Amino acid sequence: MQPRTSPEVGGMGHSMKRKEDPRFIRGKGNYVDDIVLPGMLWMDIVRSPFAHAKIKSINTEKALKVPGVLAVITGETLAKYNLHWMPTLMSDTQMVLPTEKVMYQAQEVAAVIATSRYAAADGVDAVEVDYDPLPVVVDPFKALEPNAPILRTDKKDKKDNRIFHWEAGDRAATDKAFAEADVTVKQALYIPRIHVASIETCGCIADFDRVNGKLTVYMTTQAPHAIRTVFALVAGHVGLSEERIRIVSPDIGGGFGGKVPVYPGYVIATAASVVIGKPVKWIEDRMENLQADSFARDYHITAELAARKDGTITALRMKTLADHGYTDAAANPSKFPAGLFSICTGSYDVSKAFVEVDGVYTNKPPGGVAYRCSFRVTEAIHAIERITDVLAQELKMDPAELRMKNFIPKEKFPYKSALGWEYDSGDYEPALRLAMDKIGYAALRKEQAEKRARGELMGIGISSFTEILGAGPSKHFDILGIKMFDSCELRIHPTGKAIARFGTKSQGQGHETTYAQIIAEELGIPASVVQVEEGDTDTAPYGLGTYASRSTPTAGAAGAMAARKIREKAKKIAAYLLEVSEDDLVWEPGKFSVKGAPSRSKTIQEIAFAAYTNHPPGMEAGLEAVNYYDPPNLTFPFGSYICVVDIDRGTGMVKIRRFVAVDDCGNIINPMIVDGQIHGGLTMGMAPALLEEISYDENGNNQAGSFMDYLVPTAVESPSWETFKTVTPCPHHPLGAKGVGESATVGAPPAIANAVVDALSHLGVKHVDIPITPEKVWRLLKEKGVAE
Amino acid sequence: MAMHDIQVTVNGAPYDAQVESRLLLVHLLRDQLRLTGTHIGCDTTHCGACTVLLDGQPVKSCTVLAVQANGRQISTVEGLEKEGKLHPLQEGFWEKHGLQCGYCTPGMLMTTCALLEKNKNPSEADIREAISGNLCRCTGYNNIVKAVQFAAERLRKEA
Repeated sequence: MQPRTSPEVGGMGHSMKRKEDPRFIRGKGNYVDDIVLPGMLWMDIVRSPFAHAKIKSINTEKALKVPGVLAVITGETLAKYNLHWMPTLMSDTQMVLPTEKVMYQAQEVAAVIATSRYAAADGVDAVEVDYDPLPVVVDPFKALEPNAPILRTDKKDKKDNRIFHWEAGDRAATDKAFAEADVTVKQALYIPRIHVASIETCGCIADFDRVNGKLTVYMTTQAPHAIRTVFALVAGHVGLSEERIRIVSPDIGGGFGGKVPVYPGYVIATAASVVIGKPVKWIEDRMENLQADSFARDYHITAELAARKDGTITALRMKTLADHGYTDAAANPSKFPAGLFSICTGSYDVSKAFVEVDGVYTNKPPGGVAYRCSFRVTEAIHAIERITDVLAQELKMDPAELRMKNFIPKEKFPYKSALGWEYDSGDYEPALRLAMDKIGYAALRKEQAEKRARGELMGIGISSFTEILGAGPSKHFDILGIKMFDSCELRIHPTGKAIARFGTKSQGQGHETTYAQIIAEELGIPASVVQVEEGDTDTAPYGLGTYASRSTPTAGAAGAMAARKIREKAKKIAAYLLEVSEDDLVWEPGKFSVKGAPSRSKTIQEIAFAAYTNHPPGMEAGLEAVNYYDPPNLTFPFGSYICVVDIDRGTGMVKIRRFVAVDDCGNIINPMIVDGQIHGGLTMGMAPALLEEISYDENGNNQAGSFMDYLVPTAVESPSWETFKTVTPCPHHPLGAKGVGESATVGAPPAIANAVVDALSHLGVKHVDIPITPEKVWRLLKEKGVAE
Repeated sequence: MAMHDIQVTVNGAPYDAQVESRLLLVHLLRDQLRLTGTHIGCDTTHCGACTVLLDGQPVKSCTVLAVQANGRQISTVEGLEKEGKLHPLQEGFWEKHGLQCGYCTPGMLMTTCALLEKNKNPSEADIREAISGNLCRCTGYNNIVKAVQFAAERLRKEA
């Protein structure tokens, strides 16, 4: 799309340099741990070494003698205020601090308040806790066995470890289609537990002002407004009232879903500040972050496809066991316990489908947050893209050909999926063709055949994904009842500059730039003079925050709509100033002019000045607008990725030789930022495909609790990503844009897994679970007798 | 806890400090000198968010004791800009979209600053190797590589 505005104005389509960068490149960002308040105290947390144990006693005597230690807070302390339990975002309950037993390793047991960071840590070492270990349930399948210990003994009538059963689609029709199919395939897949591991960990400073009764919490949160309301609901009974709670999200060092939940640390620090009357800072270290904060994934899926001999897919069936840890603290919209997993028919025209998910309690940390994806979409897309390749292998069809055959045709959009979604727009075949063209698909297949003949292992993997994001239409989407709209409040100053505040919160996505470009596009006010603010609940309009790639689809749309309201008023003012009827005016970005007399015009800057100095009689002065945007549908970006891998027969090491990503996210606001989002998403897609997993031993010990064992990709493992675009505008977004931040995280893992299986398919390998580690591959090679 | 009087030179300016034996250099910089551009991202020397230059060599300041820096020169991100002029690496990261959340950026800048001191024309592989001890979760590294190449070219032209 050609930009409509000049580079100086910087509307849509300009790769404008980011407005937030001048502070970051100078080390002048303002992250939560950079903030120091007068009289501030420090908090550090005592954590459980056991995955399941009764707490016999907590002895704080020695800790209280440590120089600098002022207090030790336990579950008993919080129980006095009825603050020892809190609700999760999924209406389950979670301990803030335990009074009876711990449910996972690294669970918070007590908190030490001290005058310095080091004194608080010394205090933690001196707290003595006596535990009585209980049987540990690690395996979610065993958790559902009749003789399994019941974990949630706090729930009086709970007789098993099942959290929920959820299903979608037509079971009977799907079963019938399977019974009548020429070919069926079935594959069990495990999508392992992983962690977002943003480079900044979580933390907060809670600052309760006793004189004014006002609580300010500086917090690493992706959803400050929702947090404020949760705080008001949870702590209303101890006198915290919503107008006297201010949540501030300062600069955030990466979120990816991990900074959506309310962690016990935030609540304990807040309780401490309220009781002590001084600011209390709590900053997690990396091990606490990896061991106790919300995890992602942990889905055990059985995927099945039914098809005709020619490759036409006739039905899909999936059954999933979801390991949620000890409580359902997922961050899904309330009506969607399995998130948007029912996008699992993917990019294909599948008329019959049935999917079911069971949530299970185990002795692991709670979570089920996204890892840079929109509510369980990565799990769904991994399953469909993997099983599609299993079908191609069964039918001895090229996986590209099988995909082309089954793509939802362009003319079927808007497309109603068998599992209930209405896909807004799509044109899948050109994206795959472009990817095949860019990577040289035919030549690679030829090379692969030659290499196989020489005993070398090379694979080509495809993933043609459809994403679902931008939650969401309020009739379906809410969190704890709060509808998932988002907002913009836009004010134009007399000199034609602007301030725009939003209900979202950037964690690196570049909102200060992208949103300013949206305003520039709509009003012709240069993006350089549009100041964007988010994250302070005292000043920003209410919104549900930034996750699930929802900022451009919701708050970005609100920005455009607020700007259009302003344009309507500006038109009235222009008509008054030019002494013509509104109908005689035409708009181009930045000015209204008289039809047929283009020299008679008023710029938006002139109109803004008049709004405060010479507004029409009877009209309110000023030029501002608010919009709460409730999207009519989600957005469905898509793409096709092709990955080429080489496998070392001696070590089992998988090397990504090339990776071509074709994305379609509708109309693009800032191409540079979109490319950056895709590069990052691809790397966070490669990470679980090849490197990252948090596993537990039979005693519930975390096996990847630090960066020693949790392998975040470095620049050396990451390939040089090759990115391309097709553009299929969103039909319902005011700018034709779709979300994009997470497409690549969703699309990349199956492309890599498919490439590895493709490299080994001639040996009879049909599936490899991620992460595809050298050890896993080497064992396969050994089993097949081809390891060197 | 024993206290020690130390003197460090940070970005050219001398500082006297009294520190505990166990105080980490990163906490001296952040909490005592209030130079908060140097970040903390892990406890195990893996993420590199805390990278500073100690006598010109990149070190992870979360695993250097403040007393070990006694009498030595420390450079942090705050010292890169000279007399209102950005360092070419800072320009490169801005120009090439080499940062998103900005948290790893100071460490990346210091590590690549040391790289360009000894290698004026690094290959892509050289750059990737040099930053392999600095984790970035946002950018996928593509544009960090481009940012460093941009800076290297700028520095060669200026030389």
